[in-house]
Amino acid sequence: MTIIKTQNLIKKFKDLLAVDDANLEVEKGECFGLLGPNGAGKTSLIRMITAVSPPTKGDIWVLGNDLKTHARQVKAILGVVPQQDNLDPDLTVLQNLTTFARYFNIPKNEALRRSMEVLSLFQLVDKRNSHIRELSGGMKRRLLLARGLINIPKIMILDEPTIGLDPQAKYLVWHKLTELKSQGVTQLLCTQNMEEATVLCDRAAIMHQGRILSLGTPKGLISRYVGNEVWEIEVSSGERDEVVKQFESRGLDFEAAGNKIHVFHVEANESLKGLVNFPEQLRQRPATLEDVFFRLTGRSLAE
Amino acid sequence: MKPFSWRFIRVWQRNRDVFFKLWHSEAPGFVAEPIIILLAMGLGLGAYVGMVDGQKYIEFIAPGIIASYAMFSASFECTYGSFVRMEYQKTYDAIIATPLNVEDVIAGEIFWGATRSFMTGIVILVIAAAFQLVHSPWAVVIPVLAFLEGIMFASIAMLFTSVVPSIYSFNYYFTLFITPMFFFSGVFFPLSSFPETVQTLSWIAPLTPVVHLTRALINGELYPNLLWALALIIVLTALFFSISLVTMRRRLTI
Repeated sequence: MTIIKTQNLIKKFKDLLAVDDANLEVEKGECFGLLGPNGAGKTSLIRMITAVSPPTKGDIWVLGNDLKTHARQVKAILGVVPQQDNLDPDLTVLQNLTTFARYFNIPKNEALRRSMEVLSLFQLVDKRNSHIRELSGGMKRRLLLARGLINIPKIMILDEPTIGLDPQAKYLVWHKLTELKSQGVTQLLCTQNMEEATVLCDRAAIMHQGRILSLGTPKGLISRYVGNEVWEIEVSSGERDEVVKQFESRGLDFEAAGNKIHVFHVEANESLKGLVNFPEQLRQRPATLEDVFFRLTGRSLAE
Repeated sequence: MKPFSWRFIRVWQRNRDVFFKLWHSEAPGFVAEPIIILLAMGLGLGAYVGMVDGQKYIEFIAPGIIASYAMFSASFECTYGSFVRMEYQKTYDAIIATPLNVEDVIAGEIFWGATRSFMTGIVILVIAAAFQLVHSPWAVVIPVLAFLEGIMFASIAMLFTSVVPSIYSFNYYFTLFITPMFFFSGVFFPLSSFPETVQTLSWIAPLTPVVHLTRALINGELYPNLLWALALIIVLTALFFSISLVTMRRRLTI
């Protein structure tokens, strides 16, 4: 069942086409990843889906509700975790949660109960009376996640939820998100961390310059664009042109970035033998979503 | 213009909670300062001025002080206060991701600003009463008038806040709009002491009708023409309130 649907969605700023004809269908209960470099249009897309920014053109439905007419109802079932910290610095940790619960019209006792529950979920109970400025960056992100759960959302919208977290906190967050998914919470996850996308996402869309370039399961994307294995070859500047010429003549699927050449879709390593003088120049590794990302969005800086 | 809903009360409650946590840092501005002005001008300058419109000088300025500080309360709240919440703390962004929309947030901010005017009105009125400067039971209406005045000035402030690029722009707002009104709206001297043109100009200033109404209520001297002053306040309030909702939506939902 489709839970979020966008049709021909366009977002235009003065002279920038931030989102260019986005058609997405997020299924109920899945974790859907939105991947792309900075300025790809991910955040603009998410701002439209969370009803805080009106589309220039196109339509959005969430749970069958047209967002143009049912923004309030939709926002009531979303748990939004923004990229930028917008915790309320005038309030304590606990007050942040109870005040936020009040925006959702949750009664006082229930708000307090849920606040304590989400605080313990993200191991912040000891900090409940602290001020926001006393929290570390990691604690703030965990509190943002906790806040996003206060209304028991059907859909979580996560914009870079683990950015700036240490590995311990990152795994804690991944673990909690996986648990939430198993409880049936749909997740729309914006990330630039390809490992995160591989771990969490059932399906992912890769965005670049406002367009959705490709969409599929992480595994599917990897086998479609790079194959299961990637060969990396270090060459000296002298050898480079020669090797590239040979690869071309053999019809190999490869990409040369500086003195490193990546070869994709290689089923058996025979095809690469004899190409280089020293075997230690050759390295084989499993392909990742990051390889797909580079193939689709290029290696140069996007902005 | 999109309408606001009852949910604005959630923003009002948020601001109330924060205010009562931090009220001691706000109190000097809105309690001590008006008392100082009232006593310094009323007793100090009053000793030289003598009688104005048949009243002691301190009696003459008391209603204007109430109206002015009610204006200051709402104006500070919805310029510096609102700007910090909007731009630095991103509090509005957080709230509009919940079932509240932009109009609810702005209405909540404006009604909170008006509540600050209401509280300031009560505090100075009580002080004025303690100095025996209140001469009519009609004075109990003054806090209600201060609330209405608060909606008006909070809305004007919100409109300005919705278009300024930075927090420094508020210097213009206070130096060129609020402070002149403090001196040219009949608070410290009767408008009749100004040349004709200044008198006409001062009737454009939204503080002028409030000062006249407050003075009438505190002295119990009500006359039909005051209804024009009330009508002017209501029209300006409705106008600026609606415009600020529109301009704020434009700023926040790009």
